[in-house]
Amino acid sequence: MTTAITSVPGRSSQDSAAVQSRRGRTSINSGWGERLADFALGGGLIVGGLQRRSLLGGALILGGGWFLYAGATGHFQPYAALGLVREGGSGSGLVVERSITIGKPREQVYRYWRDFAHLPTFMRHLEAVTTSDGRRLHWVAKAPLGRQVEWDAEITTELPNELIAWESLPGARVANRGEVRFADAPGGRGAELSVRLTYAPPLGTAGAAVARLFTEEPNQQIDEDLRRLKAILETGETPTTENQPHGKVVIGKER
Amino acid sequence: MRAVCWNGIHDVRVETVPDPKIINPHDAIVRITSTAICGSDLHLYDGYIPAMLPGDILGHEFMGEVVEVGPDVRRIKVGNRVTVPFPIACGQCYFCQHDLFSLCDNTNPHAAQVEKLWGYSPAGIFGYSQLLGGYAGGQAEYARVPFADVGMQKIPDGLRDEQVLFLTDILPTGYMAAENCHIQEGDVVAVFGCGPVGQFAIMSAYLLGAERVIAIDFVPERLRLAAEKGKAETIDASQTDVVQQLKQMTGGRGPDAVIDAVGMEAHGFGLFGLYDRVKQSLLLENDRAFVLRQAILACRKGGTLSIPGVYSEFADKVPMGALMNKGLEVHTGQTHVQKYQGQLLNRIQRGELDPSVIITHELPLDDAPHGYDLFKQKREDCIKVVLKP
Repeated sequence: MTTAITSVPGRSSQDSAAVQSRRGRTSINSGWGERLADFALGGGLIVGGLQRRSLLGGALILGGGWFLYAGATGHFQPYAALGLVREGGSGSGLVVERSITIGKPREQVYRYWRDFAHLPTFMRHLEAVTTSDGRRLHWVAKAPLGRQVEWDAEITTELPNELIAWESLPGARVANRGEVRFADAPGGRGAELSVRLTYAPPLGTAGAAVARLFTEEPNQQIDEDLRRLKAILETGETPTTENQPHGKVVIGKER
Repeated sequence: MRAVCWNGIHDVRVETVPDPKIINPHDAIVRITSTAICGSDLHLYDGYIPAMLPGDILGHEFMGEVVEVGPDVRRIKVGNRVTVPFPIACGQCYFCQHDLFSLCDNTNPHAAQVEKLWGYSPAGIFGYSQLLGGYAGGQAEYARVPFADVGMQKIPDGLRDEQVLFLTDILPTGYMAAENCHIQEGDVVAVFGCGPVGQFAIMSAYLLGAERVIAIDFVPERLRLAAEKGKAETIDASQTDVVQQLKQMTGGRGPDAVIDAVGMEAHGFGLFGLYDRVKQSLLLENDRAFVLRQAILACRKGGTLSIPGVYSEFADKVPMGALMNKGLEVHTGQTHVQKYQGQLLNRIQRGELDPSVIITHELPLDDAPHGYDLFKQKREDCIKVVLKP
């Protein structure tokens, strides 16, 4: 099962879990624009704190020092707490990684995903994915306020029943990459899928942080997408409670 | 249709809401003939289960007649009389294939949220909060049942609703709790809690070969029912040190297995009871572990702890040292109703069990708020309320 490219399903680098976790705690997760903002804010707070001889002044100095530290190291702790990981040092990109086991043969699951037209059946934010030659893909996704966003991508790596990787082409509004690895689950449990998406959201990490606080979290979204894929392949339907009776829609009464 | 809707703590109302529809291809619609209020519904009524929305329809113990089936339903036909299990199970995933139906992977649309609390999500459940799927429940005139072929139990003619309604939840719950005790010849089983689940646990323990069953509660009519119908020996928890009494009654050994059929709203006595009540009122503790503590301490060394009682979040001051050093075996979980309902129906037909003995009140669906109040306050010697839509 192992090849030169995939060593362990779910890990696209060769690092051990301990190294990855350490990196998460201290990694650079802010871009240069954000780090300059950290310096400016930190400096301003320290100056403001020095002008006050009080508890508030002390707090401002501490806060300012914290921002200066974030600027100097590139590691902004709240991003880490929210699980926002930048890929590869100070490069641009947020990584979302999730894994799921589906009780069907690996080949069947691979075939379902490889036909990218199936993706909108389980990825809620997608409207359609079409292809003319099987390698170049045209994606249409839902955007806020009822709009749509479209981009082109191409399949960069394809190892039948093991790996599919794709990357958006230049011109995409949000550059993104994805890869999904397929492996046999132990004990005849079916297939283990490991999905890793990398994308550069608009407004950088700060934008993603705001998005995460107020809308769907990317990790939770891919969680739910993979769960839907599992339900479709195992049962032929996805569980839902939308459009069922509810006391908020009461007949004959204003609520 | 009319349906019982949750609207806040101690606030259930019967409203007129839209009828359910077929949504997924394996769905069926049931016209409900009988439904009941469960002890676990009281946790919702008392506000201890998070993620309830005003307007959520309650109820997970219901039965009736199938009036519509989805395009992919094969085994169940319109006109079938059925009981419906409270956990919703797909029948295809790893857990369903291993008879662990209440752990189904594919029936909770809100599974991602549950993982934040519990690490992994169990199956969706009818009428039991948004965390467990937000499914409209069965204290109503109609209900939509997903995966009808997997769950629904056909009921033959000649049995009244009251005899089979509890196949939906509490009878298999009591039975699974007793089965989880791995009862050997000569065993003494202690059952904490003589509510409906406890009553069925007592009956099941004897059916499964227990030598003696000792039932613990503090409500007189429940202890009486346990003694008269259950044939159990009884301990009044408000009058005595239960752990010591159990030791005394078992030659100093302790019961071989202990069933906690009380769960998170345990009524405590003495200092620990006060501790739990204070912490809960200060919102520092959600689950009261009073009975759980007693069960751990009472069980004999190397014995089995079987927990059907529902817990939701975190419990405080649990004697892990006792649990570990006494080498206890622990079994727990929401009931795998689909696994047990067939064999329990057979036992009912053979006259080995009459679940209807626990029913004390039967009310029209529109009187549900009164029913909840009776059940919660244990007024009028209430043990089980059945509602008729």
